[in-house]
Amino acid sequence: MTVKSHRYLIFRRVIQLGLLTLFIGGNYMGWNILKGNFSFSRIADTVPLADPFAVLQMLAAGFTITSEILIGSIIILALYWLLGGRIFCSWICPLNLVTDTALWLRRKLGITTDRIYMPRNSRYYILAMAIILSAIIGYAAFESISPISIWFRMLIFGTGGGWAIVLAIFLLDISVKRNGWCGHICPLGAFYGVIGRWSLMKVKYKHDNCTQCMDCFKVCPEPQVLHIVTKHNGIIQSGECTNCGRCIEVCNDKALRFSVNNFKTQNHEK
Amino acid sequence: MKMSRRKTIRSLLEGSLFVGFGGLAWSSATKALNKNDLVLRPPGAASNKQFVQSCLKCGQCVEACPYDTLKLAAPNDGISPGTPYFEPRDIPCYMCTDYPCITACPSESLEVSRIQKSTEEEASINNAQMGLAVIHKETCIAYWGIQCDACYRACPLIDKAITLDIDKNQVTKKHANLKPIVHSDYCTGCGKCEQVCVTEKAAIFILPRHIATGKVGDHYLKSWEKQDKIPTPQKDQKQKNDDVQSAMDYLNNDDILNE
Repeated sequence: MTVKSHRYLIFRRVIQLGLLTLFIGGNYMGWNILKGNFSFSRIADTVPLADPFAVLQMLAAGFTITSEILIGSIIILALYWLLGGRIFCSWICPLNLVTDTALWLRRKLGITTDRIYMPRNSRYYILAMAIILSAIIGYAAFESISPISIWFRMLIFGTGGGWAIVLAIFLLDISVKRNGWCGHICPLGAFYGVIGRWSLMKVKYKHDNCTQCMDCFKVCPEPQVLHIVTKHNGIIQSGECTNCGRCIEVCNDKALRFSVNNFKTQNHEK
Repeated sequence: MKMSRRKTIRSLLEGSLFVGFGGLAWSSATKALNKNDLVLRPPGAASNKQFVQSCLKCGQCVEACPYDTLKLAAPNDGISPGTPYFEPRDIPCYMCTDYPCITACPSESLEVSRIQKSTEEEASINNAQMGLAVIHKETCIAYWGIQCDACYRACPLIDKAITLDIDKNQVTKKHANLKPIVHSDYCTGCGKCEQVCVTEKAAIFILPRHIATGKVGDHYLKSWEKQDKIPTPQKDQKQKNDDVQSAMDYLNNDDILNE
């Protein structure tokens, strides 16, 4: 275990825990750097940031939103368009700490159980359902029950009562389905996946350097996105890639690296 | 990928069952979680349903509150998870004159306009309507005749929201009862009275206004008050009078006798 082969992982944890620290400090100590939580926050009491998926549900529920919330969600959308939609999932989302721990334990304990059949595109149906249900019942359907929000409110505001659902997700990921929550169910990840399909920052694969050791497949939480690996050069196009960088840091052959999406040659992977 | 017809129909059925029952369970869970009538919201809050719908659950109001009055609801509190509320027996609303919770809110959940009596008048926290204090007379020791004016003294709108009603103590026949009375025109529901109440379980407590208030309806009027005027007859009533006239004309018409 070297630092080099974990450089992105360490950086990700620093960002995840750093953001949480800023939020917690904002709540308990009154730090004015980042106040609020992952649903809505303000940088230094001025720049708004808002969860675009929550905003979309509110709009679907027939609610007008204030300009501040709209600006906040546009800033976040622009940021994730630049850095890769699901960069939220791997670099920011506090529930990722839980699901990654489950994934890591699975690998360490050699658990390979896959008890239920669930296609990875289930999440898109759940995403569609979240928006349709919001429109029907007039409440933000996913926001009302979101385990992610329950989890970060527990961490930031100390509101209790969410342990059961977080534990359920942990157990699901560890003993029922690999990457069960993040890779199959979570509509927020699905939403960012849709945005990430056309995002700017992507992982690039260089076939000439690859020795086909398959290490990247072992660490990847969404291995289906690596389908061009061992086949031909290209950019990992799928929005389901979380840009977590695990494949890059475990690759000893310099076959993978972060790159800018080349929109013109998008189709050459096929 | 080729599928047999049987397999396609099966997966379609499975999918629709999943979506149907999943959607039903999901929507009823959401509705159940969001149905919370017995909760006190921060000042300037919209009606409860509208409040829950527009609240982003970001906690800006909680962080802005200098007294730690506001809390975000946990999933097992029986309140929409993540929405702000307060429990006055623990910490009441101290009615900051600059209402930081309202100004911190990014959404329409808390709005300054709701603590303005009209658009011309300035906003004042004294116009807040978080709830209404209700007195349970049987457990209020002041109603027993024991001297206690804790709620009256604690009330930020003393002599407006709570007044003392003085009458003769029927037990001793020589002392006075000083009975607190709440006036809903002024009570903001801040809950300071509930916090200071000396009884084991508060004899004065805050209920949401829509629970603690009645509604007269349009068919009773206070004729002795200027703003309550007897409404002028509507058009359709005039129409009815015309009909009476034509009916009388018809009866008085000679033609009817000749038929």
